[in-house]
Amino acid sequence: MFKIELKVMPRKGILNPQSTAVKNGLKAMGYDNVDNLEMGKFMEFTIKAADRAEAEAYVEEMCKRLLANPVIEDYTYQIYQVEGE
Amino acid sequence: MLTVDLQEKLAFNGLKFEEYQKILDMLGREPNDLELALYGVMWSEHCSYKHSKAQLKTLPTQSECVLQGPGENAGIIGIGDGMAAVFKIESHNHPSAIEPYQGAATGVGGIVRDVFTMGARPIALLNSLRFGNLDNEHVRYIFGGVVAGIADYGNCLGIPTVGGETYFNKSYQGNPLVNAMCLGVMPVKEMVTGSASGIGNPVMVVGAATGRDGIKGASFASEELSAESEEKRPSVQVGDPFMEKLLMEACLELIKTGVVVGIQDMGAAGLASSSCEMASRAGTGIELDVALVPAREKEMTPYDFMLSESQERMLVVPKKGCEAKVKEIFDRWGLNAVVVGQVTADGNLTIKEDGVIAARVPAASLADAPVYHPESVRPAYLDAVESFELSQVRIPETDEYNDILIELLASPNLSSKAWVYQQYDHMVRSNTVVLPGSDAAVVRVEGTDRGLAVTTDCNSRFCYLNPYQGTMIAVAEAARNVVCSGGKPLAITDGMNFGNPEKPEIFYQFRESIAGMRAACQALNTPVTGGNVSFYNEHSGQAIYPTPIIGMVGLLENIEDAVTMDFKDEGDLIFLIGETKEELGGSEYLSLIHGLETGQLPELDLNLEKAIQQTVIEAVQQKIIKSAHDCAEGGLAVALAESTMANGLGAEIEIEDGEVRSDAVLFGESQSRIIVTIAGKDLNLFMQICSANTVPVQRIGQVKGDELKINDWINARVELLKLQWQEAIPCIMSQR
Repeated sequence: MFKIELKVMPRKGILNPQSTAVKNGLKAMGYDNVDNLEMGKFMEFTIKAADRAEAEAYVEEMCKRLLANPVIEDYTYQIYQVEGE
Repeated sequence: MLTVDLQEKLAFNGLKFEEYQKILDMLGREPNDLELALYGVMWSEHCSYKHSKAQLKTLPTQSECVLQGPGENAGIIGIGDGMAAVFKIESHNHPSAIEPYQGAATGVGGIVRDVFTMGARPIALLNSLRFGNLDNEHVRYIFGGVVAGIADYGNCLGIPTVGGETYFNKSYQGNPLVNAMCLGVMPVKEMVTGSASGIGNPVMVVGAATGRDGIKGASFASEELSAESEEKRPSVQVGDPFMEKLLMEACLELIKTGVVVGIQDMGAAGLASSSCEMASRAGTGIELDVALVPAREKEMTPYDFMLSESQERMLVVPKKGCEAKVKEIFDRWGLNAVVVGQVTADGNLTIKEDGVIAARVPAASLADAPVYHPESVRPAYLDAVESFELSQVRIPETDEYNDILIELLASPNLSSKAWVYQQYDHMVRSNTVVLPGSDAAVVRVEGTDRGLAVTTDCNSRFCYLNPYQGTMIAVAEAARNVVCSGGKPLAITDGMNFGNPEKPEIFYQFRESIAGMRAACQALNTPVTGGNVSFYNEHSGQAIYPTPIIGMVGLLENIEDAVTMDFKDEGDLIFLIGETKEELGGSEYLSLIHGLETGQLPELDLNLEKAIQQTVIEAVQQKIIKSAHDCAEGGLAVALAESTMANGLGAEIEIEDGEVRSDAVLFGESQSRIIVTIAGKDLNLFMQICSANTVPVQRIGQVKGDELKINDWINARVELLKLQWQEAIPCIMSQR
């Protein structure tokens, strides 16, 4: 079994109103030193697969089809082997 | 000479070699890369209308009510009481095919900006949508995404989405159509336009900061879609409706101060198109320094600044000395407002970066792309269409008709579109008088007794089978829908969606369609005040059905005159104005039940159409019309069924069994037919109005009970029909 940690972030250069709103909120509270704030999504899950390559192919497909919107988002992930049946 | 290097450059900018030579002639020198890119994007079909311009010029654009015809951000008509209505339709097909949610959302954003740029407050949105067949998973994904994108953007802005249309046909499988229409109102005296006059006046960029999003989106919209299109990612922009709301309020406030000389939305081709169009309209030049434009990203080049399609931005030319006033207003709304240059006398668009000239070309030459007259050839499929014999289609047995009616009502094209419009806030501002699902929506004009009826219409199967007559019918039907809601048709905006115009068969469809529109608009006195042409709607070489969407606006002098389609009271008399002929060609019935998309279209007599509309208008003014509904897709039977739904009131209909075959009586789509109900006491007055206008009219039955009965053909409980009609789309969309 493999544990996946998936990070989905807006593509570089894409407008991200959510990040802007949070950054402006922080500034309004006096946190003036904050910059380059980007918000995205983080997901964890496990996959049953025979080996690492199979797990990776599985994750890739899920990312392309559902977990990320490749038109406006980039994704990166880490795969860890864990105990399980 | 056409070197490999030049060839690559031209291909990258979407320019032809002969276009490049024309640029050389005009400049008297070779353009640099930025200049070439400016020509590339400004001479793209999307910005320049180079294949359609000559045809569009043949459309009628004037009438007693038109205040601003084509060529501006939106058309304007006078509606009395010193008020004007501002409206336009625009397509966002290609972006929606790639990223349905953001594509549709930014489509709404763009058309809203076009309307408030003229000084009008947007009061209603409509969306005309076309998708492939819903049995395809990807189509369901696109459909769901588009509707959600429209809903979220429009709802955040606080503008009600009051109407539109949604159709499904395999021709849109890989290339959906998303055409958004916006309607606004304003006092006539507050009109502004998008021209940069007054030498020395400052030029300001206001609204959101500029990023690298959507670079070359306009060129992208001028290409056919292919499997690789999914890789063209940077072309998609992300919309921010809250930013748009701020921009709208700031602009409307600014315009009211009277300091604005000209203002224009930065739509397709962003700063490039807005600056050169504003300058060329006024016959002036504009000089600007991109280093002054607020940037969202670092290290942006002049190319990025000029071609970015970042949303929610405007170009404003205020009177000289009023820069501080503009800044003050935009500051208060939390928006940028920065002077980036000035209006000049030399007629050039001069682009600087930190004071160094990066490009300088005549503004008019960018706005004046070459005009093409493409070859036109009648497509071969029309022969088969014209020689189609209805006699080869079996006439159903009497006891089959109930099931056929139910099948029609439960088909995605004819079923209730509540699944779509319930996601839209159609009541915000509380001025929506006739709600979505009607023939035309009606919105109140605040501060007056008046109302505006708005609709979008196009039967694209008709337009495929006969582009000329199909488009005439689209105009006539839009007008009929306005009339059925109690309005008087005033003017249209046209959303022309076609395949690749460089293919002679496609250009034939376009040319014929324009000719049909011209004929109908002249006859009905509803000129064209502007619109949008979207070509290259093809997927893997297959063109969509020609889809000239007609967005029509009509006036109700008294909002109390608004009429809906639903039967009101038991015992009301039901009349059919117009004539039913043996016409099944191109009908929904033939397509759905017999699997045939062919045949000669129903006739359309524009004089009769006019007389029939006039009859209903007069009867509405006499306040005797209790309901009115036009017979469109699905014919008389479906129109009657639709009228029973809202109040659950049935009808007993007797139609003379004459020469016309029974399926054509029930489901034929003969034109110029309106079903009206009146109270018994108004019978004489109604008949007088009909005979004064010499229109054929027939009493076909009365509102009665909770069943729909038509001769011995149809006998069904309204509740059952309604269930089938309501549940069709929700059922399909929940089966993911």
